[in-house]
This record gives sequence, C-alpha cells and structure tokens, in this order.
Amino acid sequence: MEIYGYQRKALHSDAISTLPLYRSAPPLDVRLEDFELFAIDRLRVLKGISDGLSRGKKPEEIDNLAKDLWKANMRHPEASEVVNKDIISHFVLRLVYCRTEDLRKWFLSMETALFRYRFRLESAEAQRALMAEFDLPYKAVSNSEFESMKDNLGQVARSIGQPLTPADTKFYTVPFEEVPELVAGRRVFVHKGHAYVAMNQVVSLVATQFRSHLSKALILTNRKWTSSIREQEKDRLTPIVEALCTSYLGPDYSEPREFAEISIRDIDQIAMSSFPLCMRHLFEKLREDHHLKHGGRMQLGLFLKGVGLKLDDALAFWKAEFSQKVGAERFDKEYAYSIRHNYGREGKRTDYTPFSCQKIISSTPGVGDHHGCPYRHFSEENLRAALGKMRVNSRAVEDVMDKVRNRHYQLACTLTFEAVHGTSCDAGINHPNQYFSESQKVVQSKSHSTV
Amino acid sequence: MLLLSSRAQHTTMTREEIGNGSEDMVIDECEPEGRERNSVPDEFNANYLKVYYGKLFPHADIFKWISYGNDGKHPACDQSYFSRREFSYTLDNDIYLRYQSFNSASELENSIKEKCPFKIDIGPVYSVDPAKRHAYAQTGDNVFTPVERELVFDIDITDYDDVRYCCSGADVCLDCWPLMTVAIKVIDTSLRDDFGFNHILWVFSGRRGVHCWVCDGKARRLTNEQRASIAEYFRVYKGNENSLKKVSFTGLALHPFLARSYSEVLKDFFKSKLLLSQKLFSTEERYEKILEMIPDESITSELRGKWQENKRSSISKEDTNVVRWQQLKHILQSGRPKAQGLRRCVEEIVFSFTYPRLDMEVSKHMNHLLKAPFCVHPKTGRVCVPIDPNCCEEFDPTAVPTLSKLLEEMNMGTLRADVDNEWDRTSLGKSIRFFRSSFLQPLLKSCKEEIENSYNAKLQHSKNSMSW
Repeated sequence: MEIYGYQRKALHSDAISTLPLYRSAPPLDVRLEDFELFAIDRLRVLKGISDGLSRGKKPEEIDNLAKDLWKANMRHPEASEVVNKDIISHFVLRLVYCRTEDLRKWFLSMETALFRYRFRLESAEAQRALMAEFDLPYKAVSNSEFESMKDNLGQVARSIGQPLTPADTKFYTVPFEEVPELVAGRRVFVHKGHAYVAMNQVVSLVATQFRSHLSKALILTNRKWTSSIREQEKDRLTPIVEALCTSYLGPDYSEPREFAEISIRDIDQIAMSSFPLCMRHLFEKLREDHHLKHGGRMQLGLFLKGVGLKLDDALAFWKAEFSQKVGAERFDKEYAYSIRHNYGREGKRTDYTPFSCQKIISSTPGVGDHHGCPYRHFSEENLRAALGKMRVNSRAVEDVMDKVRNRHYQLACTLTFEAVHGTSCDAGINHPNQYFSESQKVVQSKSHSTV
Repeated sequence: MLLLSSRAQHTTMTREEIGNGSEDMVIDECEPEGRERNSVPDEFNANYLKVYYGKLFPHADIFKWISYGNDGKHPACDQSYFSRREFSYTLDNDIYLRYQSFNSASELENSIKEKCPFKIDIGPVYSVDPAKRHAYAQTGDNVFTPVERELVFDIDITDYDDVRYCCSGADVCLDCWPLMTVAIKVIDTSLRDDFGFNHILWVFSGRRGVHCWVCDGKARRLTNEQRASIAEYFRVYKGNENSLKKVSFTGLALHPFLARSYSEVLKDFFKSKLLLSQKLFSTEERYEKILEMIPDESITSELRGKWQENKRSSISKEDTNVVRWQQLKHILQSGRPKAQGLRRCVEEIVFSFTYPRLDMEVSKHMNHLLKAPFCVHPKTGRVCVPIDPNCCEEFDPTAVPTLSKLLEEMNMGTLRADVDNEWDRTSLGKSIRFFRSSFLQPLLKSCKEEIENSYNAKLQHSKNSMSW
C-alpha cells in the first residue's frame, strides 16, 4: 500500500471478491486522512463486537450486532470504494494490533468473529470459492444426494442437540481425516471415508483457517514494524498507529445534549438518580469537603459540562462549594479561570472533552484524590459500601464484584446501572455521560408513564 | 528336535487316514505306541519355537505384506521401504531388542530363525532405516520419525472384567469370548462402511483378545491426531470403578453409527446371549450394578421391590434374568414422559455391557509396537491366527492350535508329499491360506495399482512440465 497526501486511484472492482481474505496488502493508494478514518470506522465495528462478546451475547445476537455495526460504519459514498475501505482498514489495524501479544490476541478474535459472520452471509458459490482459496477440499452435497442422506444427517444433528431446520440444507463432504475434531466428537455423518459437514461446522473450520493465517501474518507484520516501519514512519504514520488502539470511539459529549440542561436547583436530586458512581462519589466529596483536587475538578467539571450545566450555573455551583473552604475571593482568583477554560471561554481547547471510562479507569488517583473509577480504585469494602448506598441489591453486588475481580470495570458499572434502574443496558457503559443520558431516559419515561 | 525322523518308520497309517484329520485317526496295533511317540508334551519352549520358525512360520507372507508391493519388481518401488520398518524382539530371558530392521525377506527370515524370539512386534516405517537413527536429530529437517504405520486396534477381554462374571483376569471361556466377537463386528463394519477402509486384518492375540490391522495406504499415512479422532469416534465407555454411569447418551437421537451397532449387533447379543451367559440379574450384587445406572429413585426402588420379593417365589419357568430385564425395559420404555437422564437408559445399559472397549493409547500413536500375527503366545502356546470377521461367531479361542499340537501334526503328516509347505499338513494351513486369499492378495493387488498409478502420474507430470 502506498500512502499519499493526494487523491487515490480507484482499483478495478472485479479484482477483489466481496469478502476479502486479506492475504496480502493490495497495491492501493491511500490518502493520509483515510488511513486514520477508515481504521477508526473498522475499529468501531471490532470494539462493538468485543463489547457484545464480553457481555455474553449469543452467536445469533453477535451476528446481528456485527451486521448493524458493519452497515453503520463501513459504508462509503462511492460504492466502488467500499471494498477498498474494507481492505485498507484491515491492514492499517494490523499495524496497530501487531505490536503486543495481547493486542494480537484481541485483534485475531474480533476479526475472526467478523469473518465468521460475513462468511455465513455469502452465497453458496462465494463460500465454495472462499473454501477453495483456503485449499479446503470440500465438495457441496447436491440436492439429490442430500435427499438420500437426509435421515442420517438429521439423526446426527439431533444426536448433538442441534436438530436441522428446513433451512439447513447446505452440506459439504470432505475426506474424514480433514475434520478430526468433528469425527472424534461424532458430530458428523461419516460414510465411505467422507464426512458430511453442516454449514455451521464449515464456518468453524474456515474461520479456524482464517485465524491461523492472520495469526502468522500478524507476527510477520510485527517484525516488519519493529525493524523498519516504525522508524521510517515516525513523523507520519507511527503516531497515528500508536494512538489508534487506545482511542475512545463513542460520542465525546463536547456539545451538551438538547434535553439534558440541568440547573443547580436540580443537581442534588439528579446526582442521586442519574450520576454514575464515579461522579456521585466526587459530587458527595465536594459537598462534604467543599473542595476537590485538580483531577477531581477536571473529571467532575467536564462531566457536568457534558450533562448540560451552563457556564454560569457551573461557576455558581463550584463557587458555592469552594468558598466554604477557601473563600469567594480565592475561588475567583484561582479556580474560576479554569472553569471558564473548560467551557472553551479562554481559548479553543478541544482536548477538554468529558473523560471517557477508558481515560478515567487509566488515571492514577493519589492521596487526597477522589477521581478515577471506583470499580477499579476503591477497595472491595469501600466499593460494597458505596453500592449499598446506591441501594443496589445484594445479588447484584455480588455480580458486580465478580466483574471487578475479573477487571471488567465498565461491565461492573453497567451491572450497577441495570440494578439501580431495573432495566437492561445492552450497549454497555463506556462513558459517564452516556450513563447519565441513559439514566435520564429511564427516569423520564418512568415519570411520563406515571402521569 | 529329533522327533520327526525316528517316528516315520513306525506308523502304519495310510495317506487317506492322515488326510482325515489327526483327531479322528484310527491307528491299528501301533496306536498306543504311535500316539505316544508322536505326541508332544504341551509346553512352550525355545526348542519347539525353533521348529516352528524353521518350518511353519510364514516368513515370506509376512515380508510380502509388510512390503506393500515394494518388492523391487516395479521401477517405482521404494527400495528402502522395507528396511525402514522397525521390528522388535522379546527374547527368551526377557531381553528386549528394539529398532531391528532388515533389507530383504531372507534377512528377516534368517534373523528370526537365529534369534528365535518369544515375541515379535511390528513397529512403524520410519523416515530412515532405524539402524541408522542415531545419525539423525529429533527435531528440525533431518529427523528420525515415523512416516507410515497401519491403523491398529487392541481389544483385551480384561477390560471387560467389570461386566463378566464367568472369568476374570487372564482366563477366557466360551461364555465371555462372544464379547470379542461383538467388538469385531461393530468395529469392522464401521471401518468399512463409515471410513471406507478395505484391507483389514483381525488377529487373535493368543490369549484373551484381538488385534486389528487396517492396512490401506490412507490408513498407514494417518497422523497421530487423525488416529486419535478415529479412536474417539469409537469410544463410548468412559470411566472407571469410581464412576456410576460410564455410558451417557444425551442428545435427541443416537449417532447413526451407534444406532446401527445397537440394532444390528448389541441389542440382540445382550438379550439373547449375555444376559443368560453372565446371569446379569441373578443376584442382588449383580442387579444392583445395573440399577446404579438408572438415575431415578422411584424406578429403582420399584424394581428392587419386585425382585426382592421374587427371590422367594421362583415359580416362573422363564429365566429370572430374562424376566427382570423385561420388567426393567418396560418401566423405562413405557409411555411415561421421561426425565432427561432416562430417555436412553436402556441403550446405555446395553452399551455398558456390550459395546467394544478399545485401548486408546495403542491406536493413537504411530510408534506403538504391536505383536506380529502368527507369533506364538508364551503363556498359552497358542498361535496368533487371523480371524475372519464374516464368521467370527464361529471362532473358538480354546480350539486355536497350540505349538505342541502343530508339532504333533507335523510328525503325523511327514508322509504326505503333495503339499509344498509343512504348514499345510497342520491346522495352521487353514489360517495361512485364509491370510493369503482374503487379506494378502487383495492388498497386494491394490498396492501394485497404487504404485503404478502414482508412477504414471509422475511421468505425465514431468512430460507436461517439459513440453513448453
């Protein structure tokens, strides 16, 4: 791939099949902008799948999730460019995710899950063509042969608890020695040395091949990266690549939502009902101590901006608290400026968007600090107490603690949300302002229904 | 061994009488003396073995088999093939010699005659002559590693000790031997129908089990993982003395292989043979073992109640075992909606008792050594003869020729000149002829074809690549 600062040349669309195997980087020219943007779009898809998987969604749900994510993110105004975007984004992410064992593992799992879903959607001929590309010696079972084998195939399916539906008519034969796990588990009908493999089993085998090819490719990519690319591209691509895997990809809440403009009159009540634990804690400590250190001011202050607190209200709010500790004058001198700064009134600062969970989790609160993520930074005892104060039932507390032990802090927060609101939160929490807006939706729908 | 020459003068038998079989021979006045002089004390020893290897053991047939057509006659023959095969010997004083290899049929024959091994094992074909293995590494490109080996199975009746009451340990009798017959039928059918193999040799292990050699080219080239998958496909019985239920069929149906085995072999064998020969329900200890396999207290206590009563009143003419099995089946298979664990309980019980129990380790590894056919078992003196899977019910392990019997037969038969081989005068003749006609000849024919085809394919390929 060549990366240029100017227009890319279009590639012949017939040279590439709709489901690429990403065997080798094709000779495309890519604009520098697209390099990053395409990768980010694909990353949204992969991260969405990752979220779904860690929330224990079933395979059919993952399929739907992948479908929606792909549709939403991988489009391109020029139809002919859709496939190029697919390929380019994959190869850029290879650079990003080849660099450590953990990154490689994650990327492999997500790309394989994505591949599995897309493979299932392909037509029978396309699937056969793909299997041929992998050198898999599968032959499709003709309709007449299927009819004669139907009873046996149905019986095998029932024996493994996956009875055939009328839609399940696609079967493939392959020499039995090619599918040892299926034979060992008696999960296929074997006749005269041929194993009759069902569609979903074929998908598994093809996905395994895809995964093993990609795994080897990632190792090679890593070698090339460390030996030459990283240095060569240190002023151009390397910073982009290194930033990509840690980026937060949801809405940044830099512009407050129309519906959620809160006033300081409501703030206490809203804090109780709709703030996530991290912000609740900061808020309570502010009320208690009439002070917060810098980290806490940033985390809570930007959150409040994202929630819709207007600058004047914000100034009044912070002043009311801080002046009880340091006096009104000192507040105006030392703290007011930075609040106005956060609201963009003192020069343009797009960095100061409300912190995402990722950022909060990775912060390092020290002595006297109250920012950070309670699921990560609190002791078990303190966390249990805090959840108790939020009136989370004991069963849910155990589930939350289990997530915490496994270091799934955002999932823990999601479970808390679900326990507090009595609804499920399918998307999973990855931003405190998201928690807030989701919570407000629930609260407001409840209040409307009680009218 | 000098028996042969001195007795010849004393027999007065005619050729016809010999031809009728030694058991039925009527020997006139000479009978007591002739019999004594011809008879061989029932023993196994090195001297007998020497005669056996000298006159009876089918060296040439073994060579032809193991060469798989690579006898040097066709230009495409692999000249090194036979010499890369490992043999191992167990000698008289338990000395064990591994990595024996030979370059020709006569080398193999002379070695066996000279060393007179108590047991000969056949190992895999390696990448290089085992004798030269030390020159090669364990890993990397230039390795000493197995490249071909028959797919083998070993079934031993001691693995069934928890379900046979007539014998235990090394003993075997006609009441429990049918378990082996059943194993042969189930596995043989599956190897042919399911896996498409054709060249299958079943051999009596000499005492209490059977071995199976699958010799198709495809089978010989299977990897360890593929062998393991076939062994797993065949495995049903999982567990040991500590687990209550060792066969468990979840799922809404049985896999067609298991269903076929059940309906064609196991169901009937259990009902008509094993139930009675092992008296599976005749004592409380025995029927409790079966009741343990039923995960439903109400059913087991109902049955227990019936049977404890029944002990006193044995009026019924029908065999207790049959009656109780009927009662059990009725309860489990009657219309009542069944809990998960009961749906296939009857099949589970039948499989527990009758389904083949393979030694998985033997099948999984290419480098596993297995005793050669036509060896003599040191403890029983019996020859490891082939078994015909098509009439394996007729095989009687207690009637397999022993070493001493064969020597006896040889003594009796010295007058016959119309046979080429010594063994044809003995009961071994039948086995060797069977080995040749039903196994060796079809195998060699197929091997020759394979060699020809690959040779022609290579010629064609080189022709194509040359014609630009």
